[in-house]
Amino acid sequence: MSEEIETDVLVIGAGGAGLRAAIAAAEAGCRVAVACKSLLGKAHTVMAEGGIAAALANVDAEDSWEIHFGDTMRGGAMINDWRMVELFSHEVIDRVVELEQWGGVFSRTAHGLISQRAFGAHSWRRLAHIGDRTGLELIRTCQDRLVHTDGVTVHMETTLTRLLEDRGRVAGACGYRRDSGELVLIRARSVVLATGGWGRMYRITSNSWEGTGDGAAMAYQLGAELKDMEFVQFHPTGMIWPPGARGILVTEAVRGEGGLLRNREGERFMERYDHIKKELSSRDVVARSIFKEVQAGRGSPHGGAFLDITHRGPQAIRRALPSMVDQFASLAGVDITKEPMEVAPTIHYTMGGVTVEAATGQTTVPGLFAAGEVAAGLHGANRLGGNSLGDILVFGRRAGEAAAAAARELARTPAPHRLQAEAEWRLLREPLERAHGENPFALHRELQEAMQSGAAIARTESSLRETLARVLELTERAQRMAVPGAPAYNPGLSTARDLRFMLTISEAIVRSGLERRESRGSQWRLDFPERDPELGRVNFAAHLAAGGEMGVRPVPIPPMPDDLALLTAGETRVAATDLADAADARQRVGRTGAGWGGR
Amino acid sequence: MTRTNGPPAPPSPAAADAEDQSLRIAYDDGVTDRTATLRVWRGDAAGGAFVDYEVPVQEGMVVLDAVHWIQAHRAADLACRWNCKAGKCGSCSAEVNGRPALLCTTRVDAVTRPQDRVVVVQPMQTFPIIRDLVTDVSWNYEVNRRIQPFTPAPGERAPFVIAEPDITRVEEYRRCIECFLCQDVCHVLREHRGQDRFFGPRQLVRIASLELHPKDTADRLAQLRAEAGVGLCNITKCCTEVCPEHIRITDNAIIPLKERLADREFDPIRSLWRRLRPVPMASSIPAADERVAAPARPPG
Ligand SMILES: Cc1cc2nc3c(=O)[nH]c(=O)nc-3n(C[C@H](O)[C@H](O)[C@H](O)COP(=O)(O)OP(=O)(O)OC[C@H]3O[C@@H](n4cnc5c(N)ncnc54)[C@H](O)[C@@H]3O)c2cc1C
Ligand code: SF4
Ligand code: SF4
Ligand code: FES
Repeated sequence: MSEEIETDVLVIGAGGAGLRAAIAAAEAGCRVAVACKSLLGKAHTVMAEGGIAAALANVDAEDSWEIHFGDTMRGGAMINDWRMVELFSHEVIDRVVELEQWGGVFSRTAHGLISQRAFGAHSWRRLAHIGDRTGLELIRTCQDRLVHTDGVTVHMETTLTRLLEDRGRVAGACGYRRDSGELVLIRARSVVLATGGWGRMYRITSNSWEGTGDGAAMAYQLGAELKDMEFVQFHPTGMIWPPGARGILVTEAVRGEGGLLRNREGERFMERYDHIKKELSSRDVVARSIFKEVQAGRGSPHGGAFLDITHRGPQAIRRALPSMVDQFASLAGVDITKEPMEVAPTIHYTMGGVTVEAATGQTTVPGLFAAGEVAAGLHGANRLGGNSLGDILVFGRRAGEAAAAAARELARTPAPHRLQAEAEWRLLREPLERAHGENPFALHRELQEAMQSGAAIARTESSLRETLARVLELTERAQRMAVPGAPAYNPGLSTARDLRFMLTISEAIVRSGLERRESRGSQWRLDFPERDPELGRVNFAAHLAAGGEMGVRPVPIPPMPDDLALLTAGETRVAATDLADAADARQRVGRTGAGWGGR
Repeated sequence: MTRTNGPPAPPSPAAADAEDQSLRIAYDDGVTDRTATLRVWRGDAAGGAFVDYEVPVQEGMVVLDAVHWIQAHRAADLACRWNCKAGKCGSCSAEVNGRPALLCTTRVDAVTRPQDRVVVVQPMQTFPIIRDLVTDVSWNYEVNRRIQPFTPAPGERAPFVIAEPDITRVEEYRRCIECFLCQDVCHVLREHRGQDRFFGPRQLVRIASLELHPKDTADRLAQLRAEAGVGLCNITKCCTEVCPEHIRITDNAIIPLKERLADREFDPIRSLWRRLRPVPMASSIPAADERVAAPARPPG
């Protein structure tokens, strides 16, 4: 039994990027189908805490899109798609204001404007936020907007596992309903991938279960190119104890609010690694510094560092970081208003993804668009905190509009050959037919161990080679998985399929990491500890080569126009933390009157 | 099993040939010699029964970890909905020892019955069963669609100027992660099956978040009385007790809505005054600083 659906635009994913794309496509007059693996409103975006970076200049009137541009390029170690960064730093301002127009609420300044907080490697206080639940606010606002927009159908708990093709163009996708196990095929004139990132192939991760890289792997299978896959961001501060909570994020807002990092000896070690930005240095630098402290024997009892915010006082902490207070109280039995937290780096974000055209999100496959974490380019080798929530809004909208335009160009909905879907459905169901075989959960665990030990925060040629061999061996064993039970809501069966995606993505991470023989952004090669200026002129792109092998090749970065290059000169300054400068800021805002656009 | 609860192994000296070794950090898995029995309801719409699984206990383990252990080692097809495993998405709602709870924030040692080391885990009882611990919560989404969305005055354009206390008030309602535990526990839905005449506490929180938004101009009071059935709530406060986000559903959302409605029906002048000046009166809404854990912006 299978079900067939027809639509103009298919959006895969209902995080911020998918929701914003769907709204845009529907407002452009298209029929839109949105599919997501979870229930509506539960996507990974809901977990975002710190805020949305936008140069509103409400708190620091000196801020501007130009400075945001420079910070983002420097943070990304200059291999970002500068065209995307330019569009982004302009438009994110409008996207934040738009959320407010749609009923989203943000914390305020004393003058009733949207308040902004400091974050790592942002020159000014820039993050619009609501407490430490900004992602929830973003997703709820977009979700409500979406369900009240005409022409949209949402398919919750529907996992799409293969993109379909018709004469060299994307023609829809197929997969299954989680609740019933029923197979589905969705025919569409254009498709927006908004499937988010991939953190689940690592053992210590802040990502939700959805982060298995489905979208990027599907696009790769269809011939799209995957760029910057070596860059995987470690957030410096994840929970480390107890083990059940390991990896869960401790928001950077803790440091934005003045939190201090100390080692076992009580030393504020960031002064040694970045004496200017200290705790608010970029994420790659802070994560590496904690790692080095642990390696040097100065780590906290469970192999991390102490993060201390107690000097802010209980009231201020409860106000600014309510969910951190709850999280530590319920999961670790720690009162963060009285004791320091114990933290260590955790996998957080994936800078790489599908190569897209800056203005439209068009991939290298006609009719296929991508936006959000699944797309590459905006963040280069390292993402700045707060830049992702803006990314998903700016490029979600652009991809939705472009997909609507592409859909309108076609006279009728393509009819992909059913053989493609039937092959996929056999693959989905096959583990149920085997009485004995590999356990998908066990294979997943092995993959996590392999990636965590050889392709994580610090890498070498030999660690990467060893990991590649293990990934290929696991890929081979994954041909023989066995799962008990029936198709309806069977987590073993979904894990079996997710694992195949994770293996493809892991291979791309490792192969790209091997090619980049330098340290840049989140890629830290112990055997090549310096930046290589030559490699600063290329991105690496993985693609499906003839014969089914994965190839990786360098793609030159087009030179930046002079006016933009000028904006990247100089150093990122340090934003005042709210603790240090609260009174001063209020005065300043009062004096300048705080411009809205800040342009 | 041995307990290895101490500092990590000291790192090996950074000798060149031990380079790869230095990439690794030994993590303490908090293994204990304790076990617990998870008594999990398994079945579907046609019926089911409890099945016992003996699970090794890790330091600080949550019930969702135990469910994952069972999936990986005993029953790969045990159905359980989850997403963030951080108490942020509201997917993993179920009942632990009969009490509605998020599986990912409920620690096993806090709910293990001392006499027999058993933890009983079953699906939410108010919603139709899909399989095992997973229920069909789609009704909640249908109801939500019937509520008129945020409606600013025509021509009113963001950026808005809004005072912090007005944000603090709606922020409490907007903390809702849609776990539907309050819907699960409310007797109007659970015992009296009032789904056709009562929206349930979650949706009343939703209506409150819109009605009290300083820039909203829509009028949802007629709907509140008729379709949403706010009169059916008899203020038992069970919903407030289970809310993982500590939203004071009854005191801060439902009672103020009931009062607005009463004003409309019995005191039209006061009601009109409230509509013109949508900041609620001190009598109906506690001042921001009297309310529980009302977070706000940092200074600055
Ligand atoms: C704990 C945490 C805190 C964060 N804090 C911040 C912050 O403060 N500021 C910031 O800017 N960024 C933050 N980030 C990053 C940011 O939240 C994410 O990068 C961003 O939300 C990604 O959005 P997205 O729309 O691209 O994808 P997601 O939100 O990941 O959504 C992906 C969607 O795709 C669907 N999907 C995936 N595969 C399939 C499939 N095969 N079939 C159907 N549907 C599928 C999923 O169900 C989901 O709906 C944080 C991330 C984490 C983990
Ligand atoms: S207070 Fe009202 S809504 Fe809440 S559980 Fe009781 S009857 Fe239901
Ligand atoms: S109000 Fe509380 S209990 Fe009810 S759905 Fe929202 S978060 Fe859950
Ligand atoms: S899994 Fe998200 S709240 Fe439990």
